[in-house]
Amino acid sequence: MIEGARWRKWVWFYLPLGAFILALLFPFYWMIVTTVRPDGELYRPWNHPLYSPFWTSNPTLDHVKSLLQETLFNTWMLNTMFIAFVATVISLVCGVIAGYALARLTFRWAGILGTAIFVTYLVPQTLLFIPLAEIIRDYRIGDTPWALILTYPTFLIPFCTWLMMGYFKAIPRELEECARIDGAARWQAMLYIIFPIAVPGILSAGIFAFTLSWNEFIYALVFLSSPEQKTVPVGVTSELIRGDVFFWGSLMAGALIGSIPVAVVYSFFVEHYVAGMTGSVKG
Amino acid sequence: MAQVRLTQLNKKFDGTHAVKDVNLEIRDHEFVVLVGPSGCGKTTTLRMVAGLEEITSGEISIDGKVVNNLAPMDRDIAMVFQNYALYPHMSVYENMSFGLRMRKFERAEIDRRVKHAAEVLGIQPLLERRPRQLSGGQRQRVALGRAIVRNPRVFLFDEPLSNLDAALRVQMRVELKRLHDRLDTTAIYVTHDQVEAMTLGDRVVVMKDGTVQQEGAPLALYQRPANRFVAGFIGSPAMNFVPVTLEWSEHALWARATGLRVRVPPARTEAMRQHVDKKVILGLRPEALHPSSGSDGADYAFEATVEVVEPLGSEILLDTRVGEVPVVARVDPGVRVNAHERVRLAFDPARAHFFDAATEAAI
Repeated sequence: MIEGARWRKWVWFYLPLGAFILALLFPFYWMIVTTVRPDGELYRPWNHPLYSPFWTSNPTLDHVKSLLQETLFNTWMLNTMFIAFVATVISLVCGVIAGYALARLTFRWAGILGTAIFVTYLVPQTLLFIPLAEIIRDYRIGDTPWALILTYPTFLIPFCTWLMMGYFKAIPRELEECARIDGAARWQAMLYIIFPIAVPGILSAGIFAFTLSWNEFIYALVFLSSPEQKTVPVGVTSELIRGDVFFWGSLMAGALIGSIPVAVVYSFFVEHYVAGMTGSVKG
Repeated sequence: MAQVRLTQLNKKFDGTHAVKDVNLEIRDHEFVVLVGPSGCGKTTTLRMVAGLEEITSGEISIDGKVVNNLAPMDRDIAMVFQNYALYPHMSVYENMSFGLRMRKFERAEIDRRVKHAAEVLGIQPLLERRPRQLSGGQRQRVALGRAIVRNPRVFLFDEPLSNLDAALRVQMRVELKRLHDRLDTTAIYVTHDQVEAMTLGDRVVVMKDGTVQQEGAPLALYQRPANRFVAGFIGSPAMNFVPVTLEWSEHALWARATGLRVRVPPARTEAMRQHVDKKVILGLRPEALHPSSGSDGADYAFEATVEVVEPLGSEILLDTRVGEVPVVARVDPGVRVNAHERVRLAFDPARAHFFDAATEAAI
């Protein structure tokens, strides 16, 4: 906390914090307002006497209704949820085990391998989707959820591995050594001692992986083509922008509803998430 | 209970020879303390006994059975770590019972053993608590409890008192000693604190740079150190070392340095004869020095300048200087001396030590 006069606190703490919160929450506010604003207000020109971009006095749920009834939004939600969940589970299992191996097992090239895995995370998706598209075509899984479930781990596993590696390194080695002297095999020490302690780290990796999969756009756009196979980010943008017509109300409703699951997941695990990100291990 | 034998034990890390040809035999029920400065290889040796560190060469056997390639869990040992290594997500009861659960003990037997150990250590009220709710001393007791519930053949302690404050360390030291007397087990204890080593060990092994310098009963190490390092390491304040030259004069052997000329005790003359006109090091423990009185022989006394007087209540430490060499004397609290005064210090000739200046071995 900043010490000293009250104005100092305002200038250096409350004002910047307020500005930050405003900038952070404004897009959500804009989404909500646009979702409930009737079309008549939405497309009103800026010089109209009743122009009020930040507020509406005639809220309506028409856009939500048209989103749910006239598009395949429910299917997109289910698709996204399924793909994000399975891709996250696969990535977590691989990431946790790989992270443990790189952090704890002393084998040749462990350091180089760790760096190499991180480097693969840095390869931009916009480059990687070209060879991946070919692989997906060869395996004939294009336009199925598996096209994404199997490609998302290409960037999720390096991320989870790197995050878990750092977390495992922060756990005192003695805990595991003590367990092994106590009578546990290495896998038992891992399962009963290290993994329970690493839960905040595993949750953070899981939440992050889930969010990345949920929001992913390029692979979903390239590998899926039928409307009933699409995910929310692709479905909303491709089906609600027709030519140069933007269905702003439904678009914002789609974005708003689509962001709810991620927000719920975050709010449930926020404490663990913070602990995981700051790497705190309480002894 | 068990005997542990280390034969020609070596450990090399990348480019570092951490443990060099260590040979040690630890008898049944014996409490052996490995002591030395940090980096001397004591912890590495202990970790090799535990199976946590691979052995580069040599052999470790427990009860005659070579355990070099045995996993830690199969060696039937227990270890107490410096940072206690309590499992943070488990209660005290779960921490103490973990080893027994892993070894598939009956639930009733686990309960009986944990409660018995908790009673021995006085931690029954803490059984449901988590490690983070415990004080340092309580955590230490839980770590001990976790070790004793299994009735292992050998106990290993890796600086278990280092994380405690000074007062608690003294208290836990006494408790450890009492516990060992009660359990009567074979134990190997690693510490850098020579007071811990002297008070706890049946036998003390002093290590430096990966090699064993000397092993023996605590008092034997104190009274008859094998070399200058052991002499300086055991005892607090440390032994004073004065580089001297030996010379024949007046039909006797004398040790001479700037500001000091003392006689070599006649009993030692024969052994010292070959060092005449050579550099040797005279070692005098602070407690072997006292202000000279009329009854002291003039041959075993020297003048010193007092630089600092440290009254500790039960004794006074005099930081003095003889020539250029600092000499500490531990004297009776009744002695009245002030800083910058000259004082004549005498010593008991039987308690004088001599070391070869080149090899540093005791003469």
